[in-house]
Amino acid sequence: MTNLSTKHLLGIKDLTADDINLILNTAENFKEVINRSIKKVPSLRDITIANLFFENSTRTKLSFELAEKRLSADVINFAASSSSVKKGETLIDTVNNILAMKVDMVVMRHPNPGAAVFLSKHIDAKIVNAGDGAHEHPTQALLDAFSIKEKLGSIKGKKIAIIGDILHSRVALSNIFCLQKLGAEVMVCGPTTLMPKYIHSLGVKVEHDLKKALEWCDVANMLRIQLERQDIKYFPSLREYTMLFGLNKELLDSLTKKIVIMHPGPINRGVEITSDVADSDQSIILDQVENGVAVRMAVLFLLAGRA
Amino acid sequence: MVEKSEITNSINKSSEAVFFVYICSLDMMKPKIILDSKHFEITVTRLCYQLIEVHNDFSNTVIIGLQPRGIFLAKRIQKKLQEILKKKDIKCGSLDITFYRDDFRKKELVPNRTEIDFIIEDKNVIMVDDVLFTGRTIRAGLDAMLAFGRPNDVELLVLIDRRLSRHLPIQAKYIGKTIDSIASERVVVEWSETDGKDKVTLLTNEN
Repeated sequence: MTNLSTKHLLGIKDLTADDINLILNTAENFKEVINRSIKKVPSLRDITIANLFFENSTRTKLSFELAEKRLSADVINFAASSSSVKKGETLIDTVNNILAMKVDMVVMRHPNPGAAVFLSKHIDAKIVNAGDGAHEHPTQALLDAFSIKEKLGSIKGKKIAIIGDILHSRVALSNIFCLQKLGAEVMVCGPTTLMPKYIHSLGVKVEHDLKKALEWCDVANMLRIQLERQDIKYFPSLREYTMLFGLNKELLDSLTKKIVIMHPGPINRGVEITSDVADSDQSIILDQVENGVAVRMAVLFLLAGRA
Repeated sequence: MVEKSEITNSINKSSEAVFFVYICSLDMMKPKIILDSKHFEITVTRLCYQLIEVHNDFSNTVIIGLQPRGIFLAKRIQKKLQEILKKKDIKCGSLDITFYRDDFRKKELVPNRTEIDFIIEDKNVIMVDDVLFTGRTIRAGLDAMLAFGRPNDVELLVLIDRRLSRHLPIQAKYIGKTIDSIASERVVVEWSETDGKDKVTLLTNEN
């Protein structure tokens, strides 16, 4: 296995276990590169990449931009809020106009599920999905897998609980696909109202008691309550959510084993996770951010290497 | 012909995966042994004494082997030097040049591990590879090395120098054996660590 089986990275669902392992192994090499004093390699010096962000983002956008620059690619940035999208231009028109400026790859975040897949059928460039609505966020799942592997040595057979707003989370879906393909056991935990109706069909365990979920797992991935995607009230109050599904130091210390705490960011401190947990030595939240750059370099490198 | 020379190049310099594919296609080739295990040993020992002549006790000199197949020679030389000089601290690192290649996208490349746990700033560096062919790997190696500091002096050591096949103005200072070969011929270096015995073979296509 020296090459990915896909031309685009649209979702983890399309990847094979071999693809995922290839990306994680390549990312290890890049992690060594970004810890050198000179962090840049010339691999993509002839490639131009457009970052199209139709939705707000801090981490993912900076992480992709840094990964592109570390690979010596030329980068152009686009934010929907300051563009002609506001004047009524369609997605295909916007992207085709950008491609007419000779762009080789597109990294796109979009609020609508399936936007990346749609684009891949209509334009001639390699596409990396940086999050499409509540559908998938493949690079986040890959960096989560990389961080778990780095911390625990392997993923196969490990128990991972994804806790919080499963219904609105693209991170949850991509993580479930990715971890299952790598042989992990996955549990989702959250209030009934924030659980997708047919989540059982993905072959995950479902739990509504936070304490039980934490006792079961090796790794807890705490998700943010996505208030911006919630058009109706899914729970009585944030305070009640925090009392039932928020992770605090007292609860963490009451567990029989030391589990690893992850969070994809941005953190709502005091809601799904308290500050003392987020900053504790069991948390690998900042490692996730560091690994994000290495994993995204691996994805861009491998996709660009495909003819 | 162009295709063949590209394949040959990748055998010498690129991934082991390609190497194995290549081993499978040896049937059509006529092998000629360039170095058997006895001469192999003599050659490596001579290279070590040549190095000692210039670098004395290696107090300011480091060895860097190029991934994937140059590291075997680098490790062998490090071991031999430690025996001869009765000194344990001869530094030897491995450098992967995948991300610095100029033929990215023309063939499949597999990155390997870079392990340089010392500083090369102001050091004398001996860059080591098994076969010097077009010179492109060395060019990439020089680029890659700059990420680890500015060496005082860089020298190139190779086991086999295919002197008629150069694409770039690059020459080795220490050479195990120089051979005249054409692009369609192939040089295979085998190591006892991975292939069972030390041997260098020249393969000529009978057609």
